[in-house]
Amino acid sequence: MRSAIHFASAALALAALAFTAVPSAAATDTPDPVADAKAFQKFFTQKFPKLKLEDFVNGPYSMNEDLHRQWEEKEQFPPYEFSLDMGKEMFAKPFRNGKSYADCFPNQGIGIRQNYPYFDEKEGRVVTLELALNRCREANGEPPFSYVKDEMAALTAYMAFTSRGKPFEIKIPNDPRALEAYQNGKRYFYTRRGQLNFSCATCHVQSPGERIRAEVLAPALGLLNAMPIYRSEWSGMGTISRRFTTCNSQIRGVPLDPQADEYRDLEYYLSYVSNGLPISGPGARP
Amino acid sequence: MSMIRKMRISTLSLASVLLIAGATSALTAGSEADFKAAYAAAEAANKEAGALRNQWTVTAAALADAKKAADSGDFDRAVASSKEAEALARASIFQATSEKEAWKALEIH
Repeated sequence: MRSAIHFASAALALAALAFTAVPSAAATDTPDPVADAKAFQKFFTQKFPKLKLEDFVNGPYSMNEDLHRQWEEKEQFPPYEFSLDMGKEMFAKPFRNGKSYADCFPNQGIGIRQNYPYFDEKEGRVVTLELALNRCREANGEPPFSYVKDEMAALTAYMAFTSRGKPFEIKIPNDPRALEAYQNGKRYFYTRRGQLNFSCATCHVQSPGERIRAEVLAPALGLLNAMPIYRSEWSGMGTISRRFTTCNSQIRGVPLDPQADEYRDLEYYLSYVSNGLPISGPGARP
Repeated sequence: MSMIRKMRISTLSLASVLLIAGATSALTAGSEADFKAAYAAAEAANKEAGALRNQWTVTAAALADAKKAADSGDFDRAVASSKEAEALARASIFQATSEKEAWKALEIH
């Protein structure tokens, strides 16, 4: 009995440590993205000293040996393959006006995933790959796709595939609005919301590698490099928009519209702090 | 049991049912206004949470439950759910307001 109490106390103490282990200091008012990214990457590499930087893009599969073995087997016949094939076909098929996706993107859309999202200085806002794809469609007289799955997931899967291995290269131009968008994204990432009072960081900074129910939480570093993903939980593919909106509803917050400014800024921040890590999408997750 | 006794019991039962129904409808009439006031207050608070981009799904669920209860004439439940929705909405407003600065405590430096 006594040893059980000691064990429980030790477990509680460890849990308390785990939840307070995030370094905290008063944030300065002037954002410094370079210093942020350096500190962000250092935090995770120190937390998981056995992992190489590029391993973080494999999410929970890098955190757990059993899961890693399952993943290696799964990759023999990847569950996202159908989506990848569909995306490749869709990408090559011309619109009704004879133009195609390739006409809307630099380098005909091949090998450019690592540069998205970017800050559009003309518009003064962040443009994600999903947004750019729908804008391309609309500019060519085609209706936009749903942002969360199916066609959008297929197109981004193909575009990510053509960028596999290329490091994220998100730029913040010398424009105060770009810095503001970055800072807004950072604030969104750390802000607690929903009835469960969780922030993105609660799971993906404080608790990566830990279980939340049956799932192993992924680290925030490299989180978007594998997108879009096939999730067994979803029985299908999902985009970054799907990931953000479902995260919000899981913590009992009402999700914003996909591609709301907050989500675009969040994607900008999260991608920037993973600069240098390779694109690995499309991915598969439990 | 005689026919007359049976009839008396039936009449008494019917009278009881009518009395209960009357009492319920009197209660209902009295609390519909309460529901409307409580629901309006909850909706206003949830709208404020929406302006802060921080609505909760449970608030929406409580509001929906209040509406459903009111539609079925159960104003006691409708008032209770409206009050719950308002409390949840106020909590989400508090969260959004306090997080304006509190988020910095979680930041990696």
